[in-house]
Amino acid sequence: MISLAGRDILHSWGKFVFTGVGLGLLIGVTLSMAGIYRGMVDDAQVMLDNTVADLWVVQQDTQGPYAESSSLYDDLYRSLLNMPGVEYAANVTYLIMQVGHGEQDVSAMVVGVTAGTPGTPGQPQYLVAGRHITRSHYEVVADISSGFKLGERIRIRRNFYTVVGLSKRTVSYNGDPMVFIPLKDAQEAQFLKDNDALVQQRRRNAENPDFNRPGIPDLIAVVNASQSTNTYVNAILVKLKPGTLPEDAAEPIRRWMRLQVYTRIQMESILIDKVIDKSARQIALFLVILSIVSAAIVAFIIYTLTLGKIREIAVLKLIGTKNRTIAGMIMQQSLALGVIGFVVGKITATFWVPIFPKYVLLEPLDSVAGFFAVLAICALASLVAIRMALKVDPAEAIGG
Amino acid sequence: MSGKGIHIEGLKKRYGEGDTAVHALKGVDMQVAPGEVVGLIGPSGSGKSTLLKCLGAVIDPTAGRMVLGDEVIFDNDWKVHDLQALRRDKIGFVFQAPYLIPFLDVTDNVALLPMLAGIPNSKARAKALELLTALDIQHRARAMPSQLSGGEQQRVAIARGLVNRPPVILADEPTAPLDSERAMAVIRILNDMARQFETAIIVVTHDEKIIPTFKRIYHIRDGVAHEETGEGRGFE
Ligand SMILES: Nc1ncnc2c1ncn2[C@@H]1O[C@H](COP(=O)(O)OP(=O)(O)O)[C@@H](O)[C@H]1O
Ligand SMILES: [Mg+2]
Repeated sequence: MISLAGRDILHSWGKFVFTGVGLGLLIGVTLSMAGIYRGMVDDAQVMLDNTVADLWVVQQDTQGPYAESSSLYDDLYRSLLNMPGVEYAANVTYLIMQVGHGEQDVSAMVVGVTAGTPGTPGQPQYLVAGRHITRSHYEVVADISSGFKLGERIRIRRNFYTVVGLSKRTVSYNGDPMVFIPLKDAQEAQFLKDNDALVQQRRRNAENPDFNRPGIPDLIAVVNASQSTNTYVNAILVKLKPGTLPEDAAEPIRRWMRLQVYTRIQMESILIDKVIDKSARQIALFLVILSIVSAAIVAFIIYTLTLGKIREIAVLKLIGTKNRTIAGMIMQQSLALGVIGFVVGKITATFWVPIFPKYVLLEPLDSVAGFFAVLAICALASLVAIRMALKVDPAEAIGG
Repeated sequence: MSGKGIHIEGLKKRYGEGDTAVHALKGVDMQVAPGEVVGLIGPSGSGKSTLLKCLGAVIDPTAGRMVLGDEVIFDNDWKVHDLQALRRDKIGFVFQAPYLIPFLDVTDNVALLPMLAGIPNSKARAKALELLTALDIQHRARAMPSQLSGGEQQRVAIARGLVNRPPVILADEPTAPLDSERAMAVIRILNDMARQFETAIIVVTHDEKIIPTFKRIYHIRDGVAHEETGEGRGFE
């Protein structure tokens, strides 16, 4: 037996290729959407990986430092070093801000890190160019996707910094490049007030009878000084001694230091369930809509193609073709359209993904799942046309 | 292959129910011997197509009896379980328009029937080529239907009707789209085939030019068939 579906496709291949390409672009968009979601999850995981921390210690009753703000005194890390299982603890600040680069601003996640050897928590693990931060002021290591070059001067708030190193794939959970600066600078940047604000604040302190007491003339100076320094950080990153279970180390810190502690697994679920959850649901909805649109298009195309073959189908039935053979022919054509569409979609997605502004991760397993989803959608979509074809009366071939 | 031709007794067909019912066939009696070609004529709406559709097992007769070869296929109800197989194996159809499958070439249009019956492709194509040769169209065997003239298409359609060597061929105005020369050629082919393969053939026609070629004619009027035997109608 010859393949009726195959012969028909070969005969009117133009129609099939055109609709296949159209469908393919749609499938390409669908695959890219899935890739965008995977990219977001991957960005979040990469961020956590690059932090090389086993525990995140944050302010009590918060889910910081990424999902909400958290602040801790910057001397707490010393006490942490004495807790069981803790090998290393480092202060860190995170600040999403606009970094001035020439005439332009770059959205970046500014990370304040304590100067130290690479591999300590918070630091970029390896650099693609330049060196790590060695001085405690006005040096930065930036992710290469920021567009900064070695030796360039960039602006964070009112201060200028020199780019001394470049890292790769050090991005925040939403894909912004990370810009690492010394902790002291970061604390200042977080707190920095403009001159007018400072003048106003001092005037207020002077007018406040609690601060400006005639009997204690030095008090006002102390208050002013304390208000213009920042002794807070957002989190303390903890590295554990080898063989220590994260939960075993976290529990005493929670209990005795009254701080919130998250393990890597908990932090990942906060990022994925809380921070990128809305975007993920948005993408899921898009996937559903695109699937419905694809199904509608395939159903319409196959229906139209079948409608154009009513007379041939009547003849086929008249000369004794089984209903199963006719249904199979339509189903196969629909699946063929799906295969063409998938191949086109996969190729186009691979080509256009690099020009997306955010990281898009095309997982092979997603493609496999996508392939079967396309086949299922096409099979389903052909049912309308099959129903019509089975209703065709062979008597129509004989005519009146 | 030979069998006993076609026997129809008291065939009735009613379309619809009640007041709007149309009694298209009111008790048709008809016989066609193996190897015989009979004409079926009658005014438009007299029931010619209805008769072919009943015999071709595409609509259900209301009552009566039909015998193909030595098999009773209908006796107030279908006596055959698989009507599709009946059509495929026992009945060849030739229509007014050739209705070839546009995406199959000439050979496969003809070979499709034996293939549907489960015969291997190469053997089915050999059978097809044999008939195409008999109909003198073998030189277009690899052409697509759209590349053929009307007469050539009709010859391919006849080849398709004949390829399974059915005991019965039903032709509904097979010469309508053809000029008189080609129409006569088609009738000649049908007569040759009837003789060669012992096929019983019914040809519905309006065509004044070919009516004289039938030895026997059934004239349908008001749902009843009247036999006419004409002198000098033999086709040489
Ligand atoms: N499907 C149908 N439903 C109702 N009436 C029909 C149908 N097909 C044919 N008829 C009626 O049956 C009669 C015979 O029709 P038909 O067999 O097509 O005649 P002919 O082929 O001789 O022109 C006509 O009156 C026609 O209107
Ligand atoms: Mg008619």
